Amino acid sequence: MASRAAYITGVGQSQIGQKLTRHPLLLTLDALKEALDEAGLTLDQIDGVATYPGRMAGYLGFSPVGTDEVIEGFGLKPRWRLGGMELSAQLGAIAAAADAVKAGHARHVMCFRTVYEAAAMARPDEYPMAKRGRVDGASQWTAPFLASSAVNWTAQYAMRHVKTYGLTREQLAQIALNDRKNALLNSRALVREPLTMDQYMSARMISTPLCLYDCDRFSDASTVVIVSAGDAVDEVSCTPIRIAASAGAVDRASWDQAEWMASYATGAELWKHTDYKAKDVDTVQFYDGFAFLALTWLEALGFCAVGDGGRFIEGGQRIALDGELPLNTFGGQIGAGRLHGFGFAHEAVVQLRGKGGERQIKKPDPKLAVATSGGGPLATALLLARD
Amino acid sequence: MAATRPLPRLDSDNRAFWTGGAEGELRIHHCRDCDSWNHPPMPVCRKCLSENVAPEAVPGTGVIDTFTVNHQAWGPGMEVPFVIARVALDGAPGVILTTNIVGGPVDEVDIGDRVRVTFEQHDDVWIPLFEKAA
Repeated sequence: MASRAAYITGVGQSQIGQKLTRHPLLLTLDALKEALDEAGLTLDQIDGVATYPGRMAGYLGFSPVGTDEVIEGFGLKPRWRLGGMELSAQLGAIAAAADAVKAGHARHVMCFRTVYEAAAMARPDEYPMAKRGRVDGASQWTAPFLASSAVNWTAQYAMRHVKTYGLTREQLAQIALNDRKNALLNSRALVREPLTMDQYMSARMISTPLCLYDCDRFSDASTVVIVSAGDAVDEVSCTPIRIAASAGAVDRASWDQAEWMASYATGAELWKHTDYKAKDVDTVQFYDGFAFLALTWLEALGFCAVGDGGRFIEGGQRIALDGELPLNTFGGQIGAGRLHGFGFAHEAVVQLRGKGGERQIKKPDPKLAVATSGGGPLATALLLARD
Repeated sequence: MAATRPLPRLDSDNRAFWTGGAEGELRIHHCRDCDSWNHPPMPVCRKCLSENVAPEAVPGTGVIDTFTVNHQAWGPGMEVPFVIARVALDGAPGVILTTNIVGGPVDEVDIGDRVRVTFEQHDDVWIPLFEKAA
């Protein structure tokens, strides 16, 4: 039966660590059980499953668990399933699940992202990387120039902000400083040590203008977000959070042919699907695999003008827990660990339910949040509302 | 840089681009119907869907659109720092190549600098690198 609305109900997360020995499928189970418990749902009520990107045989650390593994491992019998590398970005799995429950294909969809990159690096015999011969596809346009890391691609966009709009390192530092401060209040966060401006300014460069602290860290973890149909939310015991809008637009499916990252097209697209405006948003959870990406989302979604992101975050007060637009309240990926996109949706729900504990934003009664994922040609934005 | 550059697998789409350097030519796909330049090379024009597209030599000069100085050694033998840049090509409006800027100090590279192609041969591949134009 079709439903007019889709909601996030249960959310769950495993421990977040490095070089964990717990099997990645069991980390996924940990996250699923927490999500089911919160929602008061049972496993047999899950009738859909979605993930990004699915199991990647040649790169198991990046994605060791796909829909096949959870269907077989947990005995699921989904009526609808989805996984793929070419979704608009990580959170595209949640956006698609919302459409699926609205269309009546499922009532409760388990959306998940499991990462095992630190463990895989420590145990390459068990989690090998595919041996690479010659490169093709998009890789051929970067790898021959020793520009294989997304940090190099992101850094070039960041450099344009430095040269064109005057972005400073002191300004950009606020993303990492804010992340690390918030991570201190998140007992699950991977990095729980304070970071000072002096440490940031003296950090070694990775790819100018991005330094070590602008980068997230490989981690081992799983995040589960259950998406439920509007006519199924009376089956859950937690406060449902409505997926008020989603978007995943792109101008060029390329890191280097595009003038702007897909976040800008996606940000503009998101507001076409809702009457809410940026000024209505209580907190934002923005992808920060590299700090500069979070800054692009601030501009892309109209929280500030294009080019003004650096000045918007300057000093850090505006994006702090007690600021006007609290950002990455769980520590983002730089503080909490590289959960690869799903952590932002998880935290938006936690905050809208007032369950942040020590890291709960100070504004009373938050009702609206944006969660995003992606950089370069990848971008998905979710607008989440507590009605 | 010194590290082994990963090389592209040559196919009918990309062979002209990666081997043009043998004749000293930087070749970009050109649409002979609507005069668009398209990159990456594909058998169709992304502007008008014409199949009348073919690789053609461009001047081999351009301007640095943006850049980064990479300081991280990503693998054994990689000598750092080195410059990774996006170069907007003269004669092929809208086409940008990711490349390295070579032949000079890394701290003398900036957005807007004029650059010229220089090819580095590895087996059957000629990699288009750029150096600052005099």
